[in-house]
Amino acid sequence: MSDTTARPDLLSWTCPAPVRDRPRVVMGHGGGGAMSAELIEQVVLPGLGGPVQAALTDSAVVELGGARLAFSTDSFVVRPLFFPGGSIGDLAVNGTVNDLAMSGARAAFLSCGLILEEGVELDTVSRVAEALGAAARAAGVRVVTGDTKVVEAGHGDGVYINTSGIGLVPAGVDLRPERVTPGDVVVVSGAIGVHGVAIMSERENLRFEVGIESDCAALGGLVDAMLSVTSDLRVLRDPTRGGLAASLNEIAAASGCGVVVQERAVPVPPPVAGACAMLGLDPMYVANEGKLVAFVPREHADAVLAAMKAHPLGSEAAIIGEAVTDHPGMVVARTGLGGTRVVDMPMGEQLPRIC
Amino acid sequence: MKYIDEFQDPDLAARLLDDIRATVTRPWALMEVCGGQTHSIIRHGIDQLLPDEVELIHGPGCPVCVTPLEVIDKALEIASRPEVIFCSFGDMLRVPGSGRDLFQVRAEGGDVRVVYSPLDALRLAEENPDREVVFFGIGFETTAPPNAMTVHQARRRGIRNFSLLVSHVRVPPAIEAIMQSPDCRVQAFLAAGHVCSVMGTAEYPALAERFRVPIVVTGFEPLDVLEGVRRTVRQLERGEHTVDNAYPRAVPPEGNPAARAMLDDVFEVADRAWRGIGVIPDSGWRLSARYRDYDAEHRFQVGDITTLEPAECRSGEVLQGLLKPHECEAFGTTCTPRTPLGATMVSSEGACAAYYLYRRLDLPARPGSRPSPAGAPTAGGTTAVRVPNREDSSVV
Repeated sequence: MSDTTARPDLLSWTCPAPVRDRPRVVMGHGGGGAMSAELIEQVVLPGLGGPVQAALTDSAVVELGGARLAFSTDSFVVRPLFFPGGSIGDLAVNGTVNDLAMSGARAAFLSCGLILEEGVELDTVSRVAEALGAAARAAGVRVVTGDTKVVEAGHGDGVYINTSGIGLVPAGVDLRPERVTPGDVVVVSGAIGVHGVAIMSERENLRFEVGIESDCAALGGLVDAMLSVTSDLRVLRDPTRGGLAASLNEIAAASGCGVVVQERAVPVPPPVAGACAMLGLDPMYVANEGKLVAFVPREHADAVLAAMKAHPLGSEAAIIGEAVTDHPGMVVARTGLGGTRVVDMPMGEQLPRIC
Repeated sequence: MKYIDEFQDPDLAARLLDDIRATVTRPWALMEVCGGQTHSIIRHGIDQLLPDEVELIHGPGCPVCVTPLEVIDKALEIASRPEVIFCSFGDMLRVPGSGRDLFQVRAEGGDVRVVYSPLDALRLAEENPDREVVFFGIGFETTAPPNAMTVHQARRRGIRNFSLLVSHVRVPPAIEAIMQSPDCRVQAFLAAGHVCSVMGTAEYPALAERFRVPIVVTGFEPLDVLEGVRRTVRQLERGEHTVDNAYPRAVPPEGNPAARAMLDDVFEVADRAWRGIGVIPDSGWRLSARYRDYDAEHRFQVGDITTLEPAECRSGEVLQGLLKPHECEAFGTTCTPRTPLGATMVSSEGACAAYYLYRRLDLPARPGSRPSPAGAPTAGGTTAVRVPNREDSSVV
């Protein structure tokens, strides 16, 4: 090493101007985090005009002809189309069924829009359709209307699917984050991060042996089991894009409560923990497709947990935290070592770290 | 995966903390060099658990944070060209250049791809012979060997449509620069374990002796960090200043000879600019003369892009421990991960981002905001020190 007396002036260490305004959509706008919310609030909703509050949540509860209907829509753009534990067909049914279930509704009818890319093999379309049908039968929902479009080669990713669904909300059920009060218990229905890691393990530029399958499943039955204990659940969320962290932050923000999570109580399977450690990701931010998080009044927590554990999709359910009066709107984790940290709303895409 | 739960064990952590508390008698300022260590410390709340006497200063070892604005602007220019497939590790995509970032280039039609191994970029070059594939080679001694391997293989296999945009930096000259700073408060270093797993420990005894500081090679899991702190505090209390290896399961004294041979073959030591800090002599690598054809700066003629860095943020003070991230006026207000003023707020390994993401709850509402010291930061001051390029830089 050269022995120089020249001294870089660390005091003048400066940083560059930021990119604050993006004139175009970037991938982070679809990450389900803060950037997605800003896009909807600042760009989409003003165009729709008037208050469209429901556009901010996964499903809306509307009154029609004396009935309370839950109504939801979701689009599916997953790559690869088939992955360990499921396919885009399973996701397209279960995603919308689960959005309805988070309102307490059992999905009754689905629509299905297919956008196919020129050149995709008919066998692939057939397999996707079979997966759709099987998932719909398993979830007890009927696909009653649909649409198919084809786009030129290079303008799609094989198969995109949009599904919309409706279902009846039972009387007495009112699931909203605004109903959360301090003291409520936070319950998660099982291991987190499984779907996201299963998908990442199959991406063409990131093949690794992980030995786990997507948790993709329809949660209507599990929600029924929970509501049979008490209709007084406060709020349910299925933590898909943005993971558990995004769901907890949405609930904290809407309820005005703080949320405390005991990090060691959150079920994270070793393969997920290992993959996340390797990629520099946090399991709390990784997508799930067959899990829910519930805020439950403390007096019902044990009974609801028992009902969840008795259901096949809730056998690993666990109490992971509580709503508190401190730090309103903020989610805080107690770390395994006894420290604390803020669990922030994810911003955009989760990006693997360099080293 | 082994080695995750084992190195986060709360009972063992409590024993290490007891040992540190029993040893320490007065205040000490330790710098953890690597951004990965900073991330682990803040994520697990390790700094909250240490006795008040032990202060952790977060060092400059975040590869994203120290890559100069000028190099990012070169990357943006190259990535915008229609013939180019520009490959990068993920977290570089969000780092702002002068006006945009790589995400924006992609949204405007640029072919920017995230890869997880630089060899994936080389494979893309083979599969796309009519395109120019460029890999963004940044980072420390950890990422340099695999990046060196790409051009080594490209040359051996005659792959002509591949090149590397290089901005590699080295840790020991940064330690030297920090210790030479007149306001330096650092009394010991937790050296970056993974850097040493490549380079070994031979570069450090001279630094420990010259600046009379303990240097303890330290890993990244909570127990690794605590063991590094424990050994460092023990040395400080005894008045010792030796190089110690607290991460022997990954760091043999000689490092990784194959990786070092690859570095020697492909790179030569050169002066490098660090983002905001300016040029530190001999603090990085560039492609050696025989590999110059694989230098993307040369191939795309972007060598004359120069960017002055605006004096916007105060990460230089943060990196010296003169200012904690939350003591900056901009922290959490005009500067957040969503709208970063500087790269230390962009990368998850950056000290400011780590504080913002994990530590907002505990932070006072900036009553302690400190004014900038007189004369700093200097407007447009890219570098306080310019040293002429020395072609005869000796290889460390």
